[in-house]
Amino acid sequence: MAVHVIQEKCKGCSICIKNCPFEAIALEDRLAVIKDACTGCGVCAEKCPFHAIERIEEKAEKGVDIASYHGVWVFAEQREGKLMQVAIELLGEGRKLADSIGTELCAILCGYQVEGLAADLIAYGADKVYLAQALELEHYTTDPYTKVIYDAIHTYRPEIVLLGATHIGRDLGPCLAVKCDTGLTADCTKLEIDPTDKKIMQTRPAFGGNLMATIVCPAHRPQMSTVRPGVMEKAVYDAGRSGQTIALEVELGKEDMRVKILDIVKALGETVSLTDAKIIVAGGMGLGKPEGFDLLRQLADKLGGTVASSRACVDAGWIDHSYQVGQTGTTVKPQIYFACGISGAIQHIAGMQGAEHIVAINKNEAAPIFEIADHGIVGDLYQVIPAIIEALG
Amino acid sequence: MYAYLEKKHEMVRKLVRQFAETELTSEILDKIEETHVYPEEILQKMADCGFFGVKVPRALGGQGADVRSYVVMGEEIARVSAVSCIWALTPNSLAGGPLLLSGTDEQKERYLRPILTGEKKVCFALTEPGAGSDAGSMVTTAVKDGGHYVLNGRKCFITMAPLADYAVVYAKTDKTKGTRGISAFIVDMTLPGVSTGKPENKMGVVGCATSDILLDDVRVHKSDLLGEEGKGFSNAMATLDVGRMGCAAMAVGVAQACLEEAIQYSKERRQFGHRLCDNQAIAFMLADMAVKVETGRLLVYQAAWLKDQGSKEATMAASMAKYHATEMCNEVAAKALQIHGGYGFMKEYKIERMYRDCRVFTIFEGTSQVQQMVISRALIK
Amino acid sequence: MKIIVCAKQVPDTTEVRIDPVKGTLIRDGVPSILNPDDANALEAALALKDEHPGTMVSVLSMGPPQADEMLRECIAMGADDAYLLSDRAFGGADTCATSTTIAAGIKKIGYADIILAGRQAIDGDTAQVGPQIARRLGIPSVTYVQKIVALKKGSVIVERQMEDGYEVLEVELPCLLTAVKELGQPRYMTIAGIMDAYAQPVTVWDHTDVALDPADCGLNASPTQVHRSFTPPAKGKGEMLKGSVAEMSSQLIERLKEKHVL
Repeated sequence: MAVHVIQEKCKGCSICIKNCPFEAIALEDRLAVIKDACTGCGVCAEKCPFHAIERIEEKAEKGVDIASYHGVWVFAEQREGKLMQVAIELLGEGRKLADSIGTELCAILCGYQVEGLAADLIAYGADKVYLAQALELEHYTTDPYTKVIYDAIHTYRPEIVLLGATHIGRDLGPCLAVKCDTGLTADCTKLEIDPTDKKIMQTRPAFGGNLMATIVCPAHRPQMSTVRPGVMEKAVYDAGRSGQTIALEVELGKEDMRVKILDIVKALGETVSLTDAKIIVAGGMGLGKPEGFDLLRQLADKLGGTVASSRACVDAGWIDHSYQVGQTGTTVKPQIYFACGISGAIQHIAGMQGAEHIVAINKNEAAPIFEIADHGIVGDLYQVIPAIIEALG
Repeated sequence: MYAYLEKKHEMVRKLVRQFAETELTSEILDKIEETHVYPEEILQKMADCGFFGVKVPRALGGQGADVRSYVVMGEEIARVSAVSCIWALTPNSLAGGPLLLSGTDEQKERYLRPILTGEKKVCFALTEPGAGSDAGSMVTTAVKDGGHYVLNGRKCFITMAPLADYAVVYAKTDKTKGTRGISAFIVDMTLPGVSTGKPENKMGVVGCATSDILLDDVRVHKSDLLGEEGKGFSNAMATLDVGRMGCAAMAVGVAQACLEEAIQYSKERRQFGHRLCDNQAIAFMLADMAVKVETGRLLVYQAAWLKDQGSKEATMAASMAKYHATEMCNEVAAKALQIHGGYGFMKEYKIERMYRDCRVFTIFEGTSQVQQMVISRALIK
Repeated sequence: MKIIVCAKQVPDTTEVRIDPVKGTLIRDGVPSILNPDDANALEAALALKDEHPGTMVSVLSMGPPQADEMLRECIAMGADDAYLLSDRAFGGADTCATSTTIAAGIKKIGYADIILAGRQAIDGDTAQVGPQIARRLGIPSVTYVQKIVALKKGSVIVERQMEDGYEVLEVELPCLLTAVKELGQPRYMTIAGIMDAYAQPVTVWDHTDVALDPADCGLNASPTQVHRSFTPPAKGKGEMLKGSVAEMSSQLIERLKEKHVL
C-alpha cells in the first residue's frame, strides 16, 4: 500500500499532519507532502475531510505461488519436555483459523525425547504433528531450530505459521521469516481470516499500545505471526481425537552450532519490578494505616502480582518510594491495576492509565478514580479485598 | 532556537537538563537542605560529564567548549537546583578561572587538572570583612621572605572554604599601591597557619559551606605565586567577568523554574470555582514574568556570544546581564511565591527554596550596585 | 576490536497521549529520542570500548535526515563515528526490508566483531530487525542479552534473559547481540563529546551508496503491509458493580475472567 496526496483536492488544512502517527507528512507550499517515514498505514486518508489522500494498492511484483501453500502450523514450544501454555492457546486459535479457511491444523514440535507430547498436541486439536528430535534440539538455540523448522516449511509449505511471542518465539520467528523470505507480524493480539480471500489479518498494538495496526502479508508465504501469550483462548483437551505424527529428518552441521549453552539459570522468586508487573495492587490514603499494605500484599500474592502505592502513602512513610506509581514515581502498564483507597489524582492517573484493566475500590463514590476504572466497587476495602481473595478460591 | 546559540549548545542543554532532572531529585535536594552537605557522588558525576572544565582546552584536561556552553549549563542546572549550579560553575569560574588565566604550565597541571576531574576543590578568597565591593582596600598581606611569601590576614564569606583543598588568596605584596599592589597565591589549605572559621548559617543556597579563612604567618612557596606580583587584581577582575555570566545564567535558570512552578500551581489550584490562572490578574502576572525571564536570558546569551567572539564589549554585556538577570530573578521569584499564596510560604513547596536561594544573586560576585557602577562609568566616561 | 551499534530514532511513546474526545494520538511536543533499548546496546559497546582500548564503535541508523541529531548524541556519548541510511526508497519498510537495508549498511562499513542492537523499538515493538540483520549477514545472533560476561578469543559469553531466569551462552564471533534494559544504563553525553559530535560529519548513504536496487528496499520489498491502523477505543467510564460485598467480588472475578485478564 502506498499513500498519495491528490494535489487538486488538498486544502493545506494540516489535519493529516496532526493525525499521522509517524510524523510522515509535512506542509510544503500549502500542500500536504508524504515523507520518507510513511508506512502507508492510511490514517491520514481516513481523517482527510476533503478526500484528498488516497491509498493505492501496489501490485506485488515479487512473491510466490500462494495457491501451493496449505495448512495452519503452530510452533509447539516446549521447555524441559513441558509444553508451554501459549502453544495450547495457539492450537485453540489455530483451530478457528484452519476451520474458517477449511484446511488442516498442524503442530511442529522440536526437542529430544518429546514424542510423548505429540499425543497431547493431537488431543489439543492438531491434525498432524511434525516431530523433530535430536540431542541438539533438547534446549532451544536459534540456528538448529531455524534450520529444522525452515526445512519442514520448505517441504510441506504451510500457508500460516503461528509462534508464541515468548523470548523463544520472538527469537525464532524473525529468523524463520528471513529464511522463508516472507513477512512476520510481531506480538499479535487478534487474528482473523478475511472471508473474501482467506488471508490472515493480524492485529497488533504499536506505539506503546496507543495505536492498533492490522497487518496483512498478501504475496508471500507462509504468513507468519508471533502471538502474545495469554490473549488467545486455550484449546480444549480431548483424548479421543486422532491425528498423525510425522517424524522429520534432522540434519545439523557444525555451521549450525555456533552458539553453545553453558548454563541455564532459573530465577528464584525474584521480586517483580513495577514496570514489568502484570498485576498491580496499589493502595492510597484510603488504607488508613501502613498495615493496610499487608492486606494488599495478600491479594497480590494470590494473583502473582506486586503491590504499589500512591504518592501520599510514600510521603506518609508507609511504604518505600520504589513502590510509588505516578508522575513522580513509576509509570506502569500492567494487565490489571487494582486501585484500592486511591482517590485518583491526575498525577497518579498519569502513571497508571496505560493499564489494560483498572479496578477501583473506594468508599467515596465521587472519587475521580471511578471515571477511568473498568470496574468500580464502592465499599470498604477492608471488607472488599478479603471477599475478592475468597472469591478467587 | 536562539540566534546566539548553535545546535551544539542546544545539545548541551539537553544533556544538562537530563542530568539535572535525573540526578537532582526532590529527595536529594531536601536532604541537602536538611544536612547542609552536598553529596560527593553527584559532584563526581558532574565531573564525569565534563561540567567542571567547560571552557578549558582539551590539552589541559578540559572540554574545549565555549562560554555559551557554560552559560547554558549553568542555566539548566539552576533550573533544578541553585546550589548544584554553584557547585558546577565554581570550578569553571572562581576556582579554575584564576589558574587558567595566569597559571604557569606546571601550576595548571598540578592544580587545574584535578579540579576538572573532581579530585580537588579550590576556593576563591578575595573578600575581607572590610573589603567587599571595594577590593582595593584589602588588608591581607604577603611579605617576601627568601623563597617564600608570608601571608597574614582574614578572608570572609568564602564559598566552599571549609571543603577546599586549595584557595586562591589575594593579598597585598605592596601596601602603598592600592589595587596594583595585590598579588594572587595558591594556598594549600593544609599549610601551617591556615584555618577556616565556622560555616556561616545562610539564608539560601544551603549545601555549599561558606566561611572565613584565617591566615596566620602562612609560608607559601614562591612557586605558588599565581601570575606576576601586583597583577592579582586584574586576575581577580577577569575571573569575575566570567563568573558574572555564570551568575546571570544561574539567575535565568532559577527564574525559569519559578515561572514553571507558578504556571503549574496556577493551573492546579482552584478558588472561587475556577483555576487561579483563569483570573486575568494572575494570567497577566505570568505573562510579565515570562517576558522578564526571556529578556534576562537574551542578555546572558548575548554576553556569552560576545565573549566567544573575543569582543571587548563582553565585560559591559556581562555586567548588564548579571545586574538585570539577578534582579529579574528576585522579582519573578517573589511573584511566583505570591501566586502560591500561603502554600508558597511553606517549606514543602519548591518555590520557598527558590525564593531564598536567589536572594544572594544580586549580592555575590559583584553586587547590583557594583554592576551599576561598571555600567554607568562606561556611559559617562 | 570493531563494534557496530544499530540505533533508531523514535518518538517518545511514553509522552504520547490519546485525545479522549477524538480518540486520536496527541503528538504535539512529543520529542524524538534514541530508542531506549538501543541506548542500552550503545552503552554495552562503550563499556567494551572502555575495557578494551583501541576498540572502534560505529553507530548505524536508518531513518529520515532528522535522525542526524540522535546519531550525534551517540557520538557525544562516546561513539567514534556515525552513519545514516536515508533515502525515500527506504521508506515504508517493514522489518524484513529494514533488515536488508541495515545489513547492506553494515557491509558498506566493513567488518565488525560484534554488532549490537536494541531488542526492540518502542514505536513498533517488533523485536525482529536485530535477528533478521544477523540472518542476512549469515552470522549467529543472541537476542535478549542482559549481560556480556566475557570476551574471549573468537567468541563472547553472554547471558540471555528468559521469562523465568537466564541462559549463559557462548557465541562465535562475529555475532549480533540484541540488548535488553539490564545490559547497561546508558551513560550521559559529555560536553567534550558534544563538541566532537559537531566537529565531524555524520555519513549519509542512499540506496546507490549501499548498492541496493530500489526494488529491494522500503515498501517495495516489504512482504507485510498495514491494512488498517486505528486508535483503540478511548477508555470511558466502566461499570460500577452493584450488590453486596460478596456479590460484587464474585462479579469482578467473573468479568476479569471473561476478558482473559485473569
